[in-house]
Parts: sequence; structure tokens; C-alpha cells
Amino acid sequence: MTGSDIKKTPLNRAHREAGARMVAFSGWDMPVQYTGVIDEHLAVRTRAGLFDVSHMGEVSVVGRESLDFLQHVTCNDVSRLSPGRIQYSGLTTPEGTFVDDLLVYKQREDDYLLVINAGNTPKDVEWLRYHAKGYDLRLEDVSDQWCQIALQGPRAQTILEGLTPAGLSSMKYYSFVQDTVSGVPCVVSRTGYTGEDGFEIYGPTASAETLWYAILGAGAPHGLVPAGLAARDTLRLEAKMALYGNDIDDTTTVLEADLAWIMKIEKGDFLGRDALVRQKAEGLNRTLVGFETEGRAIARHGHKALSDGKEVGTVTSGTFAPFLKKNIGLAYLPIALTRPGSRFTIDIRGRSEPAVVVPTPFYTRAR
Amino acid sequence: MFPNDRRYTKEHEWVKVVNGAGTVGITDFAQKELGDIVYVELPEIGRTVASGEVLGTIESVKAVSELYAPLSGTITEVNALLSDKPETVNLDAHGAGWVCKMSLAKAGELDALMDAAAYVTHVGE
Repeated sequence: MTGSDIKKTPLNRAHREAGARMVAFSGWDMPVQYTGVIDEHLAVRTRAGLFDVSHMGEVSVVGRESLDFLQHVTCNDVSRLSPGRIQYSGLTTPEGTFVDDLLVYKQREDDYLLVINAGNTPKDVEWLRYHAKGYDLRLEDVSDQWCQIALQGPRAQTILEGLTPAGLSSMKYYSFVQDTVSGVPCVVSRTGYTGEDGFEIYGPTASAETLWYAILGAGAPHGLVPAGLAARDTLRLEAKMALYGNDIDDTTTVLEADLAWIMKIEKGDFLGRDALVRQKAEGLNRTLVGFETEGRAIARHGHKALSDGKEVGTVTSGTFAPFLKKNIGLAYLPIALTRPGSRFTIDIRGRSEPAVVVPTPFYTRAR
Repeated sequence: MFPNDRRYTKEHEWVKVVNGAGTVGITDFAQKELGDIVYVELPEIGRTVASGEVLGTIESVKAVSELYAPLSGTITEVNALLSDKPETVNLDAHGAGWVCKMSLAKAGELDALMDAAAYVTHVGE
């Protein structure tokens, strides 16, 4: 990929001016860290952190048959949403595996916004367009029109309150409003990928720097710091949130991925429903579980899980967890080994490191 | 930025030689690349190594990197501080974050390593 092919968010200059360490991520030039992953992770858990997530994709689905279409291509029940509500869901294949995981926002009747992973945006849009044929609706990739900034942490509401007339304290988790932030018309949702309270703020790309600096300014007295992709990954893993490409992909079913809660069989037919119903009836062979390793070495994506000397599974994500101060990870293991307390080993660079299955999420915020 | 009292390898180790004994660590450039270091796998005392052999590993939150012997010799001491405080390598890679000490086997190997000026060019590339 040449320098000219890589995409930049509207906050690229802001990151470089802050001295961020930049990295190529899914075709985007993104900040991986500013002061350090551990600092930034702990800031989010104890105060607040600010993330540029403008690389995420947004797709607008509007029209008379938009609900029918979304019910067909996602596994969760879109009819449960009222205007101003959001659901986490999966875009599923006929095999019940993942094209992507996503958020579905209901703006009003027949008007939805899908928020999808940066690296999957072209693939998802093509998939959606293909399956939308014959439905009375308009589908538009609006990713270029939006910047997205995530303010996450126990102080997030206090920080944002000063910048918006929206009544943040009455906003339920997974709801959103349309209101101004620092005078800029935005969508503000109470969502996030960290396991903390927080908000994701969508604004017009031209206002990205205005929003970024306004929030940083309002947050300075509260210890708000910018946070990069490295902390985003350690935070989401402590909260046991899946990462497409690591923990879920088009080879893992919704059931295997321990995401049965986003699958609503009773809503009616959807892509992959038959396969999932069949798998549920037959029973799973493997499932995604959380583990801790006891030694100092960190298990990473791709490391093999062994039991009685035989390879039985694979690690999908692993890290040192900065808040919990232990080495944690996720792996697909055979059902017989998935009860918390089950012991196995992981081949880390040629050494067999002991590991134990633990309940997840590893971390839950105080409520 | 990079001290003149030592030599440097392409893999970003430094070695400071005094009276035939070398102290080994990684450079400030390397610690920045790695990010927050959480574990240093130290070599065993008494082990004999050839130049270029893997001495141990330095693991950060996001990556693991192998530590290579800059010179041939025998490990005489390791920095026990790093077991409890691996982040010392981030904070002071050229000083308190030293990894191990070794007695040197081959005179002349040192000359093949880069001096500070050459290393600056190397990381500037």
C-alpha cells in the first residue's frame, strides 16, 4: 500500500500534532497510542479517554421495506427497536457465520443507520446492496459524511454535559439523540467498545476538529486524554467484546461465538437461520471462551491450544490486561473444555504455557 | 540521543564494553517501537552465546521482540529489577533498563558494530 492509498480521518492532523504514534490499520492511518497503552487504558477505566473512530463505516437504509430487509440480513430482531434505540447484531451468511458485527440505529420508522467495521465497509456495502435487490428502499454508504468520536469512561457524562443541551443523564444505554455538541449538529449515542459508560458522537466531517478539541478542552479538568487503537483493543478485550477478524469471521457461527443473545430465531426467517437452528439442535462442537494464563508470556491470536498433548483449538485474541493486571485471552475450545476452571495449555513460541478457562466478561464496570 | 560510550546492532541492541565485560540492553528507539513493556525473558547466567543468537525476549502489550546477543561470550549477570519492573526498559533503556552482562569471548567483534552516529543514520532510514 503506497502512502497515497492510505486513508486519513479528518482528525489525522490533530493526532500528528499531539505526537501520536501512527499505524496503518485496515487501510487507515490511525493513532495507535499517544502517551502509552497502559496510561490510556487506565485513564478510560478511572477518568475518561477520547478515541477517533471516524474510520468506521455508516450505511443508511431508508424506505418502506427497510425493516423487512434488515430482518432478512441480520440475526437480531430489528422490530424490537423504537426510534432512538440501537441494537448490537450480526450480518450473517447462509451458514450462520459473520459477514460483520454491527450496530443498528433506528432513527424513525423506515429509517435506519448501520454502523460497521472499518475494514469491512466495502465488503458489507456490496453484500447489503446484493441482498437489497427487490426491496423498496434506498441504501447509501454515508461513511464519508460522518466523523465519529468516542468519549469513554466514568467521567464521560460530566465532560459532555457542558457541551450539549441534550439530557444525557436520562439517556439509556444503547439509545441515541440528535442534538448539538459545541454548536455542531450531531448524533450522540450512549454506546461504546470499552466496557465503560460513554458516548459515541457522530458529526459532519467538516466539524471533526471542532468537536475533538472542544471535548478535549472540556475534559482537561477531568483528566481526559486522547486514546489510541492499542488501548481500544485492551479495553474491549477486558470487557469481552468481539473483534471481527480475530474472534469472529465468516467461519464462526453466531452460536459458536457465544453470541446467542443477539440471535432471535423467533423473529422469522433470516440469512443463516436454518443453519443456526440445526446447529442448536445438534449441539455445538466448540465455543469461544475466556481464559487466563498463569505465566508471564502473553498468548496471542493464532497460538494453538493443547490438551493431553493434542491441538484442540486456537487463541483468537490475547493481551496483558492493564486494569486487571493479568494475561487474558479468548479461544475456541471443544465443548468439553469450556467450563470455567478447565485447564489446558497454549503453545507460546514453542513453550507449553498453562491456561485456565474463566468466566467472562473479565471486567465489568461498577454500576 | 544515543550515548557515545557504546556500540549498536541493526536489531537495536546496545553493548557497552568496559575491561572485557559487556553490558547489554535495547535502545530507546526499540522501546518506543515496542510500547509498554510488560515482561522481559532474561537469559540464564552461565550460558554461552554466539553473536546474533537469541538471548531472550522482550514482550510489550501489543508485541513480542527477540533480544539478540550483540557479541559472543558468557552471561555473568542479569538485571533482576526487570522481573518486577519491566517498564524500567521504557523509562531508561540506556541506563537502569540494562538487560544482562557478559564476559566477552572474541576481541574484534565490537568493531563490526555501529557507533552512535551510524546508529542514528540507521534509525533515521
